[in-house]
Amino acid sequence: MIFEVFRQERKGQPLQHAGTVDAPDERFAEIYAREQYGRRQESVALWLVPREAVSEIGEFPDEFEMKYRRVDGYSIKARLREARERAGTLEAAPGAGAAE
Amino acid sequence: MDTQSMDARTQEFLDYVQAGGQVETGDWMPDEYRAKLVKFIEMHGNSELMGVLPERDWILRAPTLQRKLALTAKIQDEVGHAQLIYRVVEDLGKPRSASLDDLVSGKAKFHNVFHYPTKTWGDVGVIAWLVDAAAIVSQKALLKCSYAPYARIMKKICWEESFHILHGRDVILAMVTGSREQFALVQEAVDRWWEPLMHFHGNPIPAEEDPMFIWRIKSQANEDARQEFLDGYVPQIRELGLEIPDKALAKDEETGIWSYTEPDWEKLRAVVTGHGPASEERLSFRRLSREDVAWVERVVLAEAA
Ligand SMILES: [Fe+2]
Ligand SMILES: [Fe+2]
Repeated sequence: MIFEVFRQERKGQPLQHAGTVDAPDERFAEIYAREQYGRRQESVALWLVPREAVSEIGEFPDEFEMKYRRVDGYSIKARLREARERAGTLEAAPGAGAAE
Repeated sequence: MDTQSMDARTQEFLDYVQAGGQVETGDWMPDEYRAKLVKFIEMHGNSELMGVLPERDWILRAPTLQRKLALTAKIQDEVGHAQLIYRVVEDLGKPRSASLDDLVSGKAKFHNVFHYPTKTWGDVGVIAWLVDAAAIVSQKALLKCSYAPYARIMKKICWEESFHILHGRDVILAMVTGSREQFALVQEAVDRWWEPLMHFHGNPIPAEEDPMFIWRIKSQANEDARQEFLDGYVPQIRELGLEIPDKALAKDEETGIWSYTEPDWEKLRAVVTGHGPASEERLSFRRLSREDVAWVERVVLAEAA
């Protein structure tokens, strides 16, 4: 049986995939994982998950490129400048005077 | 089968890895890439496993209890590296038993440095310090390997290797600050190990012609690795008053490049194909211990069944 091993380095950190062990059963998987991923105090927790128990999602289609949900969907520079001009605060704005 | 589109797919894969893309176990990969990965990673696993034998010879002869414990811990780490690495090979399709069969039959290779005997405690220090240092140069470059599961375990391996180097350096420092005889043991060991160390990173084949580089299994040309090793460690060796047995070894201060006497590459080829001074002894020991522990596997599998 193949077990995926996840390892937590310090409390509060995410459990990250570390590697795999091949073991005849769960008991042996525990012993192997402890030996290979924890014997040097490099982990505070290990998760062992039988490979078959993992359901993977690997595709994330984005046909409509919904940029409005992301920061790169917005470019406010020109409008901000115009707004500051109208308000007469352009001179006082952070970075004023410096080349834009 | 449409070979035209297969080629396009392989090309796309090649472009992807060359641009720094990484691949996971379940992803599609060209057969050639898979075969190259297996060959490269398997040799690494074999080297970790065979690499413990020269040091194992000294567990019972270590000069102090503290050294004995440290050496045992290092050996335990190296066997652990072999286990992590063989697991990666297994996921690529080659079972561990097949890797071990090919190792003991002499079909698969392991690193040149593990084909040599360890004559004195000085050798043990030089191995842990300089052989491990040479290895960590290569292993650090593997952190960027296009095959992600291998790159990930390399992180853990590099972390453990740093203890090995320090342990080796400490052994060497104890000896060079000791008696005249102890210093001489270190100097003799450096003399013995210099040639294998210069062989370690392989002949200076240009990266663009190295299939392992083309597929971005490796991210560093052989000669670049050797230069990095020389740059890091020649000064550390010389500052202890030790001499390196190569009169031509010098750094060009302008280019930063080290020149040295061209190593005998034919000799390297002979050593890694099983004609090194300790090759046969090491392989027969591995064969023997494999037979010796076969019952453990039988018992474990029977009990788990
Ligand atoms: Fe190692
Ligand atoms: Fe090591």
